[in-house]
Amino acid sequence: MSSANYTTTEMMTIAASRLLKNGAVCFVGIGLPSTAANLARLTHAPDIVLIYESGPIGAKPEVLPLSIGDGDLAERADTVVSTPEIFRYWLQGGRVDVGFLGAAQIDRFANINTTVIGDYRKPTTRLPGAGGAPEIASCAKEVVLVLKQSARTFVRKLDFLTSVGHLDGGDSRKKLGLPGKGPVAVVTDLCVMKPDETTRELTVTQLHPGASRDQVQKATAWEIQFAADLKETMAPTEAELCVLRDLLHRTAVAHDQVPAA
Amino acid sequence: MAELTSLQSAIRAHLHDGDTVAMEGFTHLIPFAAGHEVIRQHRKNLTLIRMTPDVIYDQLIGAGCARKLIFSWGGNPGVGSLHRLRDAVEHDWPARLEIQEHGHGDLSNAYVAGAANLPFAVLRAYSGSELPKHNKNIRFIQCPFTGETLAAVPAVRPDVTIIHAQKADRKGNVLLWGILGVQKEAVLAAQRAIVTVEEIVDDLNAPPNACVLPTWTMSSVCCVPGGARPSYAHGYYERDNRFYQAWDEISRDRETFSNWIKKHILETEDFSAFQKVLNESKKEQLV
Repeated sequence: MSSANYTTTEMMTIAASRLLKNGAVCFVGIGLPSTAANLARLTHAPDIVLIYESGPIGAKPEVLPLSIGDGDLAERADTVVSTPEIFRYWLQGGRVDVGFLGAAQIDRFANINTTVIGDYRKPTTRLPGAGGAPEIASCAKEVVLVLKQSARTFVRKLDFLTSVGHLDGGDSRKKLGLPGKGPVAVVTDLCVMKPDETTRELTVTQLHPGASRDQVQKATAWEIQFAADLKETMAPTEAELCVLRDLLHRTAVAHDQVPAA
Repeated sequence: MAELTSLQSAIRAHLHDGDTVAMEGFTHLIPFAAGHEVIRQHRKNLTLIRMTPDVIYDQLIGAGCARKLIFSWGGNPGVGSLHRLRDAVEHDWPARLEIQEHGHGDLSNAYVAGAANLPFAVLRAYSGSELPKHNKNIRFIQCPFTGETLAAVPAVRPDVTIIHAQKADRKGNVLLWGILGVQKEAVLAAQRAIVTVEEIVDDLNAPPNACVLPTWTMSSVCCVPGGARPSYAHGYYERDNRFYQAWDEISRDRETFSNWIKKHILETEDFSAFQKVLNESKKEQLV
């Protein structure tokens, strides 16, 4: 389809939401992961359990939270526990199926950086830091990453390894003895990547409609691998787009970002 | 027994230059009024601890109160960077700021260890991460029973913890609800604790298992209505998202920031005077 009626960001969010199964227990970061997880909840996965690190378990926000601890998250949750409890009993306790994260930089083995650009002691850009990502990357049974793709974000070498993915590839993550399997998919505005079964290097398995191999390569600083059976992502359905746009509009109105109609 | 007193007296009595202080509140119940009072009283060389040093610590850092920051996520939630924190880390303005960073699971566990009078907390994380290379307070130990490698971090034991809560009774027992973050652990880990509340009531009417901090676990309880603004107090008022967005502009430039601090905090007597001046600024669309 040449004249797509959706944006690449919408395609990314929808492709990420489709990866979440109904009933999964999902530990959600703020921003794109939270948008995609709530889209899943409002479409194909009504029984998904959303956990936010501030304490809500089974959150069902009416609008997307602006901060990780918005009141709406607590108001509509199954229960709200303290932050130590979220990390100790629920995440480390092994009850989280999917950790859903973003990043500022990612490498070919899906290790991520959310700490600094440049040298740690003399950074060019100081980023917010780890948040709950190192613990989520360690303990969630699986991790899904969602971020926009460019050669500045998909780098040969991270400026800082904040949270471990598949470390140096092969069985190097396994040797660390972490409870979780690590990243199982990376969703971008161009494609979906999955780690190769043996090398654990990210491999493009799906191109979004309209995206080319060349485009993906140009937006990746290393020589990216493509799966032999490369597929095209199904374009967003009317229903997915409608729910997503409605959610984003409701959110903007609630957060005072657009005048109410 | 906590003393029911004014916020000015509580900060004067319990927070000293050079102290290690934790102001907690996980996007909810952030003790902004207390943070302003610390700036007003010109406290210096503080070691600030906070899981999410958002706008409140950006103000304290930019105002020159801090020597060191211990944290796990430093951003303006939903907006972007903390410009004063970044300026301090990237350009040593207004002074060099030492940083010690952790993850949320780690730091929240460190508060639990502090409250439990243990020397360290233990968790499953950091294998493969570069954080331990830059933070010597993240180390690895072997489980004496299974031989597993686990991460260890020292307990957090603040000299002073400051939090905001919804209610206190006349004896100074405090009730809080909604998103609780690490407030309870931070109070129990500290040598001294100051709590600001929305209101003081005859009876808390707290159900069993509610989060109640008994009066004898705190030093001072101060009634400061609206004391968590621009964050929110569940059941009282909502988050002022516009202020968080406006902060991005106010804090971006050193001079704009310094003028804002001078006019709104240093030249106001207390938090209620601050709110009046802020409301006037909002009307003039300066905020």
